[in-house]
Amino acid sequence: MDRHYPAGPRPTDVYFFATCLVDLFCPEAGMDAIQLLEREGIRVHFPADQTCCGQPAYTSGYADQARAVARVQLDLFPNDWPVIVPSGSCGGMIRHHYPKLFADDVALKAKAEALSGRVFELTEFFVKVLKVNWKGSGNSKKVALHTSCSARREMGTHLHARELLAQLGNVELLNHSHESECCGFGGTFAVRQPDISASMAGDKADALKETGAEKFVSADGGCLMNIDGTLEKRRDSFRGEHLASFLWHNTERAGEKE
Amino acid sequence: MRAHETTHHVQFVPGSEFKRRAAEVVANPFLKKSFRGAMDFLMMKRAAQFPDPELLERQRDLAEHIRRYSLARLPELLEQLEVNLKKNGVQVHWAETPDEANAIILDICRRHDAKLMVKGKSMVSEEVELNHAMEAAGIDALESDMGEYIVQLAGEKPSHIIMPAIHKTKQQIAELFAEKVPGVSYTEDVDALIQIGRDVLRKKFMEAEVGLSGVNFAVAETGTICLVENEGNGRMCTTVPDVHIAITGIEKVVEKLEHVVPLYGLLTRSATGQAITTYFNVITGPRKPGEKDGPKEMHLVLVDNGRTQAFADEQLRQTLQCIRCGACMNHCPVYTRIGGHAYGTTYPGPIGKIVSPHMMGLGATHVLPGASTLCGACGEVCPVKIPIPDLLIRLREEATHEAKPGHAPMFGQGAGKTAFASFAFKGFAFLYSRPALYRLFTWAATRFRFLTPANQAGWTKSRTPLTPAKKSLRDLLAERSKH
Repeated sequence: MDRHYPAGPRPTDVYFFATCLVDLFCPEAGMDAIQLLEREGIRVHFPADQTCCGQPAYTSGYADQARAVARVQLDLFPNDWPVIVPSGSCGGMIRHHYPKLFADDVALKAKAEALSGRVFELTEFFVKVLKVNWKGSGNSKKVALHTSCSARREMGTHLHARELLAQLGNVELLNHSHESECCGFGGTFAVRQPDISASMAGDKADALKETGAEKFVSADGGCLMNIDGTLEKRRDSFRGEHLASFLWHNTERAGEKE
Repeated sequence: MRAHETTHHVQFVPGSEFKRRAAEVVANPFLKKSFRGAMDFLMMKRAAQFPDPELLERQRDLAEHIRRYSLARLPELLEQLEVNLKKNGVQVHWAETPDEANAIILDICRRHDAKLMVKGKSMVSEEVELNHAMEAAGIDALESDMGEYIVQLAGEKPSHIIMPAIHKTKQQIAELFAEKVPGVSYTEDVDALIQIGRDVLRKKFMEAEVGLSGVNFAVAETGTICLVENEGNGRMCTTVPDVHIAITGIEKVVEKLEHVVPLYGLLTRSATGQAITTYFNVITGPRKPGEKDGPKEMHLVLVDNGRTQAFADEQLRQTLQCIRCGACMNHCPVYTRIGGHAYGTTYPGPIGKIVSPHMMGLGATHVLPGASTLCGACGEVCPVKIPIPDLLIRLREEATHEAKPGHAPMFGQGAGKTAFASFAFKGFAFLYSRPALYRLFTWAATRFRFLTPANQAGWTKSRTPLTPAKKSLRDLLAERSKH
């Protein structure tokens, strides 16, 4: 997880890899992430041919199929700009698993390794590369935070998200019990082992709600869909929000470009 | 070299039943609460032993190196171990299968006309189902570890590799003792319960002709076996009866005594949050002339049971780094919810998911590697840094595919392959590797979102259906660029 971050001038251009979940299921979080980047004076490039990082096939043991999908993404980022991903697990897939996936092909492996070095999870990029210093806007609020396991263990996102929320000044972060525990999503796991997954998602939803927060935030679309879907089925009004959206709507100068 | 060549009857329930058993446990609020409480306690105890994360990282690096070094030289170290054990007067036996291991032990017992064997805690003896083999031959095999004793009295199997009776409450144990131990009345006083067990066992240690133990580390250079325990029953089993039989997997060997020290320190801290155990037995042979105690005869049975299959593959070999601390199960959100019995394997939890396929074959176990969210908690706490999530992915691949060209098929290779999953992932690759087709798909999925099925198999069992947004991100971006 220890990563060397480039010193030197702030990047002027970045690529945005939205991930298939954000593209189709929570596009507003993608928009908000892009607007946050633009607000920092950065040109955001959205490669039109992007699809999915290939993770569902990779984690299910279908490496050939994962490779076929990953192969397409490898060609999307020709310039040496950072690649920003608004999801820890998809970012982790590209950073940690692409080089392994292409280990047998010298040229592709080199390409995957070069890409791996410039992939950043969104909050990581704000904290470690842009070193932003944001102020909260509006009333003070209390939120809980869930970070996905791959974000936590592969990308260190829990620390970055905490740091961003702490900057705002008017947001109180309420810790939930078993914070580092998985929400039970696990991609195809949620469908293959529905009972275990439901038990985990239910416990996570309970723990987040028990903090007394008005909402919870998370930087991962998969976890959000899992926990929100569970709460909605229970007809509970407590909900989660993508961290990018929360930050866009609750930081000063928000809306400047709307 | 294959466990499936054995005719031995494995008592464990097949993996296909996993889902049903897991569902039963998660539906039981009492069990769920008690597992959670126990695992929380163990996690807290472990965390208290590792206050300095950087120091822990250095210790884990060292332990990993020792285990990898030992495994890299496994064949030589085993030969060296055998030579030095023999020099120390220990008889060495090799067993490829559970049947062979049981036959060797039974043969030793028969030569000594044994009626009773007292057993220290040994997961390998569980793995080969030694108790059943002894029972079938008319020899009593009595567990002397308190947890194992309880589980044996109840006619059950251990649900955790370190804490075999973790699934039982003191009330259940009180009832069990009152029912099964002659002359005992119901008490929930834990100290009294332990005293009852100790009284029963004390007599048996004196009666038994044979004592059996496991092994935590076998040291090649000195021909020594090390046994880690807390109750003193291990010392009794290895010193009081005339014959001591130790049983272990072939992966437990290290080169030097000094390699044991860092591993031991991490083992006890990771397992029970103890800096050191109450007993640490260093056994280098039977009683020597002039000595006043110790067994007259000592044996070591080295068991393969599928380990050579893991050893043969560079990546899967990492499975054998395990020192059986159980921290992976204590930290596993799946184990915490379903307990050990649901797995249907000797070794439950994350380590069980990666080691059992070698022992029982993927036919019986192919569901297990898939029963994980890959959250990574196991790999994070593993004291010898086994990359458990990577190995789970690898086994998912082996379970659903033919062996790669030039690779020997695993025991049960491809047993989890289904036409549906193959088709689904081929479809996934077809769609997501064709950007134009993918764009058409998202276009259609957003426009026809009202057609999204309300029933989405396992997903909607506890969640509302996943419904595409009205406009995809690329739609929103296209709209914005028009303004």
